[in-house]
Amino acid sequence: MDYLKPGDIETLCLGATLLGAGGGGDPYVAKLVAQQALETYGPVRVVDPGELPPDDLVLTTAVIGAPTVILEKLPAGTEYVGSVKALASYLGKEPAAIMSIEVGGLNTLLPIATAAEMGLPIVNADSMRRAFPQIEMTVFTLAGLPAGPLSIADEKGNQCVFKTTDNHVAESLARAAVIQLGLANAISCYPLTAAQIDEHGIHGSLTYCNEVGSLLEAVKRGEEGSWERFLTESGSAEFFRGKVVDLDRRTTGGFARSTVILEDLEGGDSTMRIEVQNENLIAFLDGEAVVTTPNLICLLDCETFEPITTEYLAYGNRVVVIGMPCAPEWHRPGMLELVGPVAFGYDVDFVDLPNQPR
Amino acid sequence: MSSAANHQDLRVGVDVGGTNTDAVVIDAAGEVLAAVKVVTTPEPIDGIRAALDEVLVGLDHARVSKAMLGTTHSANAIIQRRGLDRVAVLRLAAPSSLGLRPGAAWPDDIHAEVVGATSIIGGGHEYNGREIAALDTEAVRRLAAEAIRAECRSVAVAGAFSPATSEHELRARDVLVEELGADFPVSLSHEIGSLGLLERENATILNAALLSVATSVISGFQEALAERRLDVDAYLTQNDGTLMMAGEASRYPVLTLGSGPTNSMRGACALAAVNDAIVIDVGGTSADAGILVGGFPRQSSAAVEVGGVRTNFRMPDLISMGLGGGTIVRNGSGDLRIGPDSVGYAVATEAICVGGGVLTLSDVSLAAGRMTGFGDPAMVKGVEGGLVRSAIGWVDEQISIMSDRMKSTRAALPLLAVGGGAHLIPDVIPGVSEVIRPRHQSVANAYGAGIAEASGSVDRVYSYDSSSREECLDDARELAANAAVRAGADPDRVRITTVTEVPMTYVPGQGCRVMVKAAGPLA
Repeated sequence: MDYLKPGDIETLCLGATLLGAGGGGDPYVAKLVAQQALETYGPVRVVDPGELPPDDLVLTTAVIGAPTVILEKLPAGTEYVGSVKALASYLGKEPAAIMSIEVGGLNTLLPIATAAEMGLPIVNADSMRRAFPQIEMTVFTLAGLPAGPLSIADEKGNQCVFKTTDNHVAESLARAAVIQLGLANAISCYPLTAAQIDEHGIHGSLTYCNEVGSLLEAVKRGEEGSWERFLTESGSAEFFRGKVVDLDRRTTGGFARSTVILEDLEGGDSTMRIEVQNENLIAFLDGEAVVTTPNLICLLDCETFEPITTEYLAYGNRVVVIGMPCAPEWHRPGMLELVGPVAFGYDVDFVDLPNQPR
Repeated sequence: MSSAANHQDLRVGVDVGGTNTDAVVIDAAGEVLAAVKVVTTPEPIDGIRAALDEVLVGLDHARVSKAMLGTTHSANAIIQRRGLDRVAVLRLAAPSSLGLRPGAAWPDDIHAEVVGATSIIGGGHEYNGREIAALDTEAVRRLAAEAIRAECRSVAVAGAFSPATSEHELRARDVLVEELGADFPVSLSHEIGSLGLLERENATILNAALLSVATSVISGFQEALAERRLDVDAYLTQNDGTLMMAGEASRYPVLTLGSGPTNSMRGACALAAVNDAIVIDVGGTSADAGILVGGFPRQSSAAVEVGGVRTNFRMPDLISMGLGGGTIVRNGSGDLRIGPDSVGYAVATEAICVGGGVLTLSDVSLAAGRMTGFGDPAMVKGVEGGLVRSAIGWVDEQISIMSDRMKSTRAALPLLAVGGGAHLIPDVIPGVSEVIRPRHQSVANAYGAGIAEASGSVDRVYSYDSSSREECLDDARELAANAAVRAGADPDRVRITTVTEVPMTYVPGQGCRVMVKAAGPLA
């Protein structure tokens, strides 16, 4: 993956849907925007953080707002470029490259469009390698790197920059601004140097996303041995094949929470319960937690192997539940307080996957 | 048009499918007085004429007050890219949405045929009703000029958040009328689809492209009725199984293009006199399963593609699999393989039980004692018993999986077995209270068209902070009921058929998208 071209986006999109772990937003629109930008502005070079001069500035961009509004107020492109330029202007330094903070869901693909439009390379790294609901839930927070100063921009030219004292304040200020700016905006946060990303970021996120997407494409084509190969090469494990027999959805505190109950497809007595807050967070097999955040819990259609997002989940869906390892960069002090079960209000211990890479 | 009098107690339902054109005559009590099935003709109107002639034999034409048509004309025009009008597309959303041009992700062939000119101009609204930008009327005029240059025959207009705030789309239409004249057709997205700009815009473009096809079908239908001295109100059935007056339908053809499966399911349920049921339609090649809730098909939550174009239509939630009367059964070296290929309609000549050489599921069904009235049982004597048991076991398992996937709760429901291959459906299925095989099920489509009701719907975002949830829901119910009455429903018998609330994550003021549908029998 030296350069990203329009034809590369489909596979990345499938990988991004999987890494959304049930959430992360539908990447369909982002896929079309990225394809159009690559057609219009040409291919985007993919660089590892270590390839860049250490002091070079790398800026991120992502969508922030409400998923339902984003479907109606489609991206202009200028808001993402605007968020980057606003932050660059505040910092008094031009970015050398663009990076995604969240390789998982639609925020995987939008920064590619921005990089194309700005004629900059995209960094093969990120801060989550999955989807999470809040901007402080990153490996950068674990490393003590601030989310601020950060910028918010809309498509009309409104921009604001926040200098914040901690990443939780950054999250709440950003949300407040977005409500006034139309709930479909761009955010640029975690302005870092290439050296900081090289030291603290998650390496190879885009490559990983492309690999799992490509492995899953082979499964979807029905290639022999492709499922086992997908599991082995992604370090994942299959935990359950079951049918959705109960689905309880509720919205509390702005998050879409739900509980999903699955019954064994083969007629066995086992049941699986999955707790969801935007993303799938904990999977219990017969009452015992078997996969927990920040490891990924992904549901795939039993027949098509299409990753199923929470919003499309319905009674009767037949799904395979897999646990995918989170990026090894997550395994640092403070992980559990930030993104473990306790961070989402569950009194459950973190569990390693059978082949957890560290 | 006729006034409703007591002696005008009959309706005619007509359904044009890919293979057959069906027609039924139904009396006020819902009884089938006559039913016919003719072959769909290359010019479908010929089949409609033939079906009308045949079904009306011996009936007093003056008793007929209403005629309903469900047809695949529009769907075929899109699938075959035939007879489509060239469209100018006007999106009111700039500066938002500039990263994604109209017609993005359309297949090249239909894009080349249909999308003549596009422009994304200042206009549209935010989630809270504010303007994204003032409507750029000069840009509307420029698009009108471009439409003429590019030889477009209609304009599709789609504005951001127009289902909630339609003002800019209406004003844009006024400007287009000034420039192009009142006869130049303009399709507005808020009249076509719900939230989701890209999909709604796609549907609006398709609508604009179908106007010529629709006008010719509908005037053909009206002429055919007039030729037969049928002084009736003519309607078309919509995707959701409710009616649209013929005049309206020629302006909103896209809303009628997927009515076939809906009519079939609603017809089957009405014939069986149930409101909530699973329906499995087994044909020659495949089986389709759907579910009716309160007399209407449950609609799919996933995006529906029409001829490769993604839309946000409300279409029945169906699952299909390769299981039909003509499905081929192979038993090479003890390894049983069933389908997914099929001999299709050639089952009538190629199956073992009619002297052909291909082992099909119809042969298995006959050998297992399920199918009667087709083929010769003696011909399938040679089919090994173990093979029959395995194959029929596979069928039962697949039917059980399909019915289970359709259910939204654990409660047992009745299952309606319809279609030419319905004999394959067993009488006992786990989670199914009873298997019903309705009379006249072979013309369920036309019956579904004949019994269809008028409807209205609303889809908008409410804030449960500014008014209570109940007040918001009441408002939405009233809007939907009024819309149904405007569409012809009897005001005294209109009822709310579905209420869907989708809480909006990250939206302040407890934003909630509320979708309500109302329906009622024709006044």
